[in-house]
Amino acid sequence: MTMPSRPAAGEPLLRVHDLRTYFHVGGAVARAVDGVSFDIRAGETVGMVGESGCGKSVTALSLLRLVDPPGRIESGSRIEFEGRDLLALDEEGIRQIRGNRIAMVFQEPMTALNPVFTIGDQVAEVARVHSNASRKAAWERAIEMLNLVGIPDPRDRAKSYPHQLSGGMRQRVLIAMALVMNPSLLIADEPTTALDVTIQAQILELIGDLQQRLGLAVLLITHDLGVVAEVTSRVLVMYGGQIVERAPVRELFRDPRHPYTRGLLEAMPRLGRQRDRLAVIPGTVPPPTRWPSGCRFRDRCPFAWHRCVDEAPPEYPVAAEHSARCHLVDDPSRMKVASAAGHS
Amino acid sequence: MSARAVPPIAAAAPGAVVPGTLADPLLSIRRLTKHFPVRTGLFGRATGQVRAVDGVSLDVGHAETLGIVGESGCGKTTLGRTILRLIEPTEGDIRFDGVDVLSLQGKAMRAMRRKMQIIFQDPFSSLNPRMTIGATVREGLTVHRIAEGAAADQRVRQLLEEVGLRGEYATKYPHEFSGGQRQRVGIARALAVEPKFIVCDEPVSALDVSVQAQVINLLRDLQRDRGLAYLFIAHDLSVVEHMANRVAVMYLGRIVEFASAEALYKEPLMPYTQALLSAVPVPDPVTKRQRIVLAGDVPSPANPPSGCVFHPRCHHPARDAACMRIVPPLEEKAPGHWVACIKQPPTSVSWDAQRQAGATSEPARHLPVVQPAS
Repeated sequence: MTMPSRPAAGEPLLRVHDLRTYFHVGGAVARAVDGVSFDIRAGETVGMVGESGCGKSVTALSLLRLVDPPGRIESGSRIEFEGRDLLALDEEGIRQIRGNRIAMVFQEPMTALNPVFTIGDQVAEVARVHSNASRKAAWERAIEMLNLVGIPDPRDRAKSYPHQLSGGMRQRVLIAMALVMNPSLLIADEPTTALDVTIQAQILELIGDLQQRLGLAVLLITHDLGVVAEVTSRVLVMYGGQIVERAPVRELFRDPRHPYTRGLLEAMPRLGRQRDRLAVIPGTVPPPTRWPSGCRFRDRCPFAWHRCVDEAPPEYPVAAEHSARCHLVDDPSRMKVASAAGHS
Repeated sequence: MSARAVPPIAAAAPGAVVPGTLADPLLSIRRLTKHFPVRTGLFGRATGQVRAVDGVSLDVGHAETLGIVGESGCGKTTLGRTILRLIEPTEGDIRFDGVDVLSLQGKAMRAMRRKMQIIFQDPFSSLNPRMTIGATVREGLTVHRIAEGAAADQRVRQLLEEVGLRGEYATKYPHEFSGGQRQRVGIARALAVEPKFIVCDEPVSALDVSVQAQVINLLRDLQRDRGLAYLFIAHDLSVVEHMANRVAVMYLGRIVEFASAEALYKEPLMPYTQALLSAVPVPDPVTKRQRIVLAGDVPSPANPPSGCVFHPRCHHPARDAACMRIVPPLEEKAPGHWVACIKQPPTSVSWDAQRQAGATSEPARHLPVVQPAS
C-alpha cells in the first residue's frame, strides 16, 4: 500500500502505518510493537488501551522517536505527521516536531520535573528553547500557561518548586509545559494513573476542556476502560504488540468483538454491580520474545480452535470504523461451538 | 470570617463513637491514634504533629471483610499497620480475639502475629529477591514451628497450589514471576501461618485488570474456605464494593462515613463520599453521570482544617460558618449508617448550637449522586 507523501486537506493529522518497534537483546528479538497502523484526525481524542506489556507505551515513544537502543523502529514502518515523514527527518528535524507540534505527558508527575528549578522557570525554559523568546516574554508565557491549566495565583505559584506542589498540581504543570508551543497533538501516557480519583477527575476535565479550546488532538494511553469511556471518541485496544480491536467508543462498549476486549470489560469490578464473581482472563500476557503463533491471544481465549493456532487473524471489518483481529468475526458459528462445550 | 476567632467546638472526642459495634467482634479498635512528629532544624526538635490516624474506633467481625477507602494521605495504610503493631500507636486500644494486643511483649506478641497477617500492595518490593519463593513461604512455618523438614516442604507445595501456583515453583526466584504471580506468593506467605485475620493493603492496585480479577476471586475463595476476616484497604471504590461487607471512609485520619457496602454505595451521605463515588470513571460511554469535581487537594494532616476537616472542599449546599467551627460527631443517620456531617439530618448538633457557631443554612438532606442503572 502506498501513501501520498503529503496529505490533502481533511486527511488525518497523524498516520501510522505498519509500525514495528523491536528490541534486539542477545539473540532474542522482543517484538514490542508489531505492525500497528492507525490515524488520528485533528481535534479528536483517541484512546489506546491495554495492559502492561501490550506495547502501548512503546508505540507512544516511537511516534516521537524516543526509543533508545537496543530498541529500533524497523524499516517499512511509516509515521506521517502533518504531511511529514517523521522517520525520514534528521535529529534536528524531529526535535522541531517534539514539543512544538507533538507534545507528551507522562504518568509520573514527580520524576518528570526538575526538583531544583521553580515550575515557572521550567515552563519558561520550554518557550525559550523552542521559540528563542526573550527571558521576559518566556516568563510571561509561562504564567499564561499556568493560568490556562488552572493553577491558582499563577504569578506566585510560578516561583514554587515541584516538591511544594501536590501530585495533581504537578500534573497540571506538566500539561502546561506540553502546551507552551501550541502543539496540534498531545500524547498523554497514563496521565492520571498515579493520582487519586478526585484529582483524576480534575485532570481529565482539564484535558477535555483544553482540547475543546485549543482544537488539540489527544492520544490518551491508559489501562482504565472507565477513563476511555469518559473522554475518548475512538478506541484502539492493544494486545501482544498489535491493535486487536478498534471502534468508536460507544460501539466498542456496546458490541465488543474481540474476546480480549470482552474479557477486559467483564473482568472490571464496577460500581453498582456488587457480589458477582468476576469473570477472569486466565493466564498472563506472554513475553514479547515469544508471541504464540497464529492469534497471540489464543492461549487465554475460551473460543480458540485450530485455525487460531495456524493462521494469524487479520483485522476483520465489523462495521464502519470497527474491526477486530479475531477469526470469530469471520466464522461466528464457532462462538456457539465453544458455548456448547461449556464456555461462556 | 469572624468565626475563626472563636475556638472550635468539639461535640465529642474523636473515636468516642463506635460505628457498627458487634456483639462478638474478632478485632476491636478504640480511639486508635498515631501521630508522627514533624522534626525540623539542626537538632530535629519536634515542631508539630502529623495526625495520620486520629481516633479511629471500629469492630471487625469473624470472616467479614471491612473495607477502608480514602485517598492518599487519609491514614488508611497507617491504620492497617498500627493494628498489627508494625507501627506502634500513640494512643488507643486494640483487642484481638479478646486479647489486649498492646499489652503483649516479645514472645506473646510473636504468637499473636500468627493470627494477624498482611498482604502488601507492591508485589515487586515485598518479596526478598534473594530467597526462592519456597523459602519465603516456608519462613513463617519455621519461625512459628508449624512444620519442619519434609513436612514443611510438603506444606509449601500445598500452599502454592492453593493460591493457584504450581508446587514446583518453590525453587524459583521472584524475578521469574509476573506481578499477579508474585501477589499470589505474598498471599501464600500470609496463609502459611494459618491466620484468622489479614490486612490487605491495596492488594490489587499494582495489577492489570485481567490479573486483578484473578486475585480478587482468589481472596474471596480463601475467605469462604478458611473463614478469614479481612481489613481490605484500597483507593479503588469499585474493588472495595466488590470485596467488602461493611465500609469505612477515611479522610485526614478520621472515619467520616461507615455503613454496609450496599447502603454506602447506594446512598452515600457524607459529601466527601459522594464526591469520591461520583469521580470514579464509569466504563459506559452512554450513561453520563453528574460528577462532583472537588476543588483543591486533600489538606495536610499536619495542619488539618478546623471544624469539619472536609469543609474547605465541601459541596453541600448548606455548608456554612458552623462547619468551620463544629467538629461533626460521627452519628447514626439511618440504621447502621454513620456519618460525620452536621448538615445531613438528623443531627444531635441542634440548630441553636449551629446558629451560635455562625450557621446561616439549616441542615437539609443532600443526595447528589445518582447510580447508573445497570
